[in-house]
Amino acid sequence: MNQGSRIAPYAYVLPLVALLLFVFGYPVVRIFEFSFKMVRGIDGPWIGFRNYDLVLSQPLFWESVRHNLQLLLAVPCMVVWSLLIAVVLFDRLRGWKLYRVVLFLPYILAVPIIAVVMKKMFQFNGPVNEVLRWIGLDFLALDWIGSTDVALWTVMLLIIWRESALGIILFLARLLALDESLIESAKLEGASWWQRLRYVIVPQMKVVIEFYVVVSVITILSSVFSYVYMIGGGRGGPGTSTTVVELYIFNALIRTSLPGIASAVSAMLFLVSLLLIVPLFAVRRRANEEEVA
Amino acid sequence: MAGSETGFLARVRPDLALKHGVLGVAVLIALAPTVFMVLTSLKSEEEYTFNKVGPPAAPVLDHYRSVLFASDFFAWMGNSLVLAAGAVALSTAVSCLGAYAIARMQFAGRGLLFSVSTSLMAVPPVVMIVPLFVLYAQLDLISTYHGAILIYAGLITPFSVYLLTTFFRTIPRELFESARIDGAGDLRILVRIVLPLSLPALLTLVVVNALYVWNDLLIAIIFLQDDAKRTLMAGISVFQGRYGDQIPLTMAGMVFASAPMVILYIAFQKHYISGLMAGSIK
Repeated sequence: MNQGSRIAPYAYVLPLVALLLFVFGYPVVRIFEFSFKMVRGIDGPWIGFRNYDLVLSQPLFWESVRHNLQLLLAVPCMVVWSLLIAVVLFDRLRGWKLYRVVLFLPYILAVPIIAVVMKKMFQFNGPVNEVLRWIGLDFLALDWIGSTDVALWTVMLLIIWRESALGIILFLARLLALDESLIESAKLEGASWWQRLRYVIVPQMKVVIEFYVVVSVITILSSVFSYVYMIGGGRGGPGTSTTVVELYIFNALIRTSLPGIASAVSAMLFLVSLLLIVPLFAVRRRANEEEVA
Repeated sequence: MAGSETGFLARVRPDLALKHGVLGVAVLIALAPTVFMVLTSLKSEEEYTFNKVGPPAAPVLDHYRSVLFASDFFAWMGNSLVLAAGAVALSTAVSCLGAYAIARMQFAGRGLLFSVSTSLMAVPPVVMIVPLFVLYAQLDLISTYHGAILIYAGLITPFSVYLLTTFFRTIPRELFESARIDGAGDLRILVRIVLPLSLPALLTLVVVNALYVWNDLLIAIIFLQDDAKRTLMAGISVFQGRYGDQIPLTMAGMVFASAPMVILYIAFQKHYISGLMAGSIK
């Protein structure tokens, strides 16, 4: 009996450990190994830091990094927009539950599907520009998809459009869990709508906002592949104007068959993601204490 | 009080109108792509050239007919379904056992296992693909269901373990103790007591994880390159490459592709919303 129960826990976690080792453990070890090798096919000779030298001296790599960083500008927009909508929903106007269902819809639609739809909507002769010209905003009728200067901003709009839906729902859930007596007493003391928002509501939402910011940063640095793959015609186009780090890795592995190069970039992205784990844990713990996530 | 009844203008509260206005704009923005997709799918190619915004003057169903009968959408959906079901089943089974041990048993490395597993939620999937691709090419696992299912199951498991462990910990200790006094073993406790109590968490898990696999593009295009194994999302990318110029036809395809998830969402709103909030890290 004793013998059994000492070994039993390991039997329970064995499949878990095996699965995690296969899908995460093995690849992490190998990306570091590959990143120091000239891999052709399945293996190759050690070449020291040459993969890293090559990657770091390549303008396309830095352009990809810059694109990821530029996309981070979406995060403040997402926070402000989600907060505004959540706070208005919180007033529980007639039909607010229906509004909530509709406003979460963008998050239900798969990214590749919505990217295809948006790509058609934002074509130079598409409906978006038609409407803009019709209401006299001709100067805004840009070549949203086809121009190298604009395409990444279009991707960003799409990210804001979709990821804000999550923010709205998260923020609204937190608002509905607030102690409303504070808001009521602020109202009785004559605080305006804006004052109540600024001094009563937002301070109590600090934790959930932090949580949303960290999650969004992780998403934008590491999970925007489907957006750029679909909008950029599978190549991060036009030209290289929407290439991001994920697509750089994909191209190095699949299109140019250079696993060593792809591994060097993967290794660097992995190290960056490790840095993000610390704030993620901190905000998750605090959010759990407030039971928001 | 009397003042508020003096006239019509006083009763149309400007702040209410403003709030409805803000929500109206938000709804318009949220729905615009869906409305465009549906309206356009009903237009003929010719009508779309001069009517891009308005409703179709003469609705046609030809594009849906082409999508249903002359494309591979059903096969793609079938593949996605197989992968989602396989990966979710495997991950759930593995995670239930693991989370039960982490939540309710004593063993060396318990805390470490939980922290490492939870941390993996922040690691981008793209980091894992290079070695797995090289390995799969060597083992002939590219374009196999079981190969892809294994990867998907792995990628969704950290979240499963996190969610189930935190849920299992909330189950009162007395339940375990009384079951043990009745002579029940761990496996019996897990299956007979813990899992039935965990149905809400399990449902959340299935929703979030199935949606992740169903919506994924990255793993699908790398590990399932064979036409016969193509998933819905990878299929969409092929479809738009081939028929991208025929916008109404493309939109009919997108309507058809998004229908299953939208229908499920409308049917199970509550589980979706709470599930995706819990799974927002994925």
